[in-house]
Amino acid sequence: MAQHQVNYASSAGLPIALTSVDKLVNWGRSNSLWPLTYGLACCAIEMMATGAGRYDFDRMGTIFRASPRQADVMILAGTLSKKHSEFARRLYDQMTEPKWVISMGSCANTGGMFNTYATVQGVDRIIPVDIYLPGCAPRPETLQYALMMLQKKIRRESADMKKNKKQNLRLV
Amino acid sequence: MQQPNKLTPFFENLNFEREDNTMVINFGPQHPSAHGQLRLVLELDGELVTKAYPDIGYLHRGIEKMAENMTYNEFLPTTDRLDYIASTSNNYAYALAVEKLLGIEAPRRAQVIRTMLLEINRIMSHLFFLATHALDVGAMSVFLYAFREREYAMDLMEDYCGARLTHSAVRIGGVPLDLPAGWTEKLAIYLAKMPEAIKMYEDLLTENRIWKMRLENVGVISGEDALNWGCSGIMLRGSGIQYDIRKEEPYELYSELDFDIPVSDRCDSYGRYRLYMEEMKESVKILKQLIPMYFETEPQLMAHAPQYISAPKEEIMTQNYALMQHFVLVAQGMRPPKGEVYAPTESPKGELGFYIKSEGEPYAYRLKCRAPSFFHTGLLQELLVGTYIADVVTIIGTTNIVFGEVDR
Repeated sequence: MAQHQVNYASSAGLPIALTSVDKLVNWGRSNSLWPLTYGLACCAIEMMATGAGRYDFDRMGTIFRASPRQADVMILAGTLSKKHSEFARRLYDQMTEPKWVISMGSCANTGGMFNTYATVQGVDRIIPVDIYLPGCAPRPETLQYALMMLQKKIRRESADMKKNKKQNLRLV
Repeated sequence: MQQPNKLTPFFENLNFEREDNTMVINFGPQHPSAHGQLRLVLELDGELVTKAYPDIGYLHRGIEKMAENMTYNEFLPTTDRLDYIASTSNNYAYALAVEKLLGIEAPRRAQVIRTMLLEINRIMSHLFFLATHALDVGAMSVFLYAFREREYAMDLMEDYCGARLTHSAVRIGGVPLDLPAGWTEKLAIYLAKMPEAIKMYEDLLTENRIWKMRLENVGVISGEDALNWGCSGIMLRGSGIQYDIRKEEPYELYSELDFDIPVSDRCDSYGRYRLYMEEMKESVKILKQLIPMYFETEPQLMAHAPQYISAPKEEIMTQNYALMQHFVLVAQGMRPPKGEVYAPTESPKGELGFYIKSEGEPYAYRLKCRAPSFFHTGLLQELLVGTYIADVVTIIGTTNIVFGEVDR
């Protein structure tokens, strides 16, 4: 009843919106997810195509950053070799909380077709992964969909990252 | 002496703890301009690079070793992941080497389709070079424009084979599919659009004074040095040496086609940029000649070699012997004759060739990929010395290296 008594037009007051801190913070977080430019192999080319004109990642508030300090999401795009894995972990540790990881492509998910001595059989052996993105290489639409799933996940979670269990979300 | 490990590796003649004024910095492997996973250890005197060590192997996936445990047809999709910017050129180089080993030749229609795909891939790769090179130097809008045209080329590839990036559009002995209906019309529309697009890039860049300041006299390599370092492709032609495998050892239909090999004797990054633009124009010219050639061919797509290549589906379904051969080829793989073979091709980056040693087994005894980017990465240790730190990304960009094929 109370809200009907406020006349926004006449009392010259600002429009009032009621929300919870969780929703407000997560609204901000989910709409400006800045990924790290972390191209490893073939999938990086599709990641670049996602950022380019036709697929236009920017409209989701997703702007690629070159520094892990400024990034929220790490998109692991491509084959992670054992030689590189230490760097991947380091970069993940350098990212500030809250941070999320998208594993893009078969190689990053499970090692894919490269079941050899040199490749890490899935990046989740090195860092925790939020979204697994199948395909070799996944199309740009798939990456955008994965990011939208991540946004959904963030909106569902608590703003206090300590309360969130690190659990993996299945692409349904 | 320091204890070498993966994070503080040991480099010959390089001391990380120094007493003079030089500084050692690490570039990559996660650097937006590293074109994948290049790691450079640079020794700087002020802003001048005094030593440069390219450290490769961050994308080593053991592809050559995988080839020894896979049948010849199984290995073909793996070649997509070498130079992933122009996948079909790798598929083709591999298929050509195996065909040379088997002594078979693809039918005429397959040759026309293959040449078309190779040239589309050349355009795609050159557009990607332009996009990333301009982005590294600081021209963001060129990246967006070049990717726009690249998407149209990828649409053509997708219409043909269903994949955007990793095509596997070539098979040993031919191509798997005929061109879909209306594909040549789409290609003709694209070819009509391309010259305008190339003109736009040239308007944006060629006389742009920032672009010229950043590229002119940067990354200078003489023709002699380029030869000594094993350069090929535009790195060689940019230094005044006319060498293109499409002309020297013509494969497919290149001997019948009318095209020029642009050469520049400027020896610098700017000259090479001009060559990339000219080559795109030549590719458009080649593709225009190929469209009428396609309609003059017979519909056969795969070579007829029953002991190596499965018969067409109609024969397999109707003739018992063809079915038996197909079963053996699928279950065991083809057994090429003993011998070794090397087949060079002109990929968008330079000379790409596969060396195969066969012992008569369904698996290659040894497969070696001669990738152009590997040699151009080695060149960096000479090219970067004496330049400013700001020019490092320009020089990495101008070599057009791709780490899938450097590390393999």
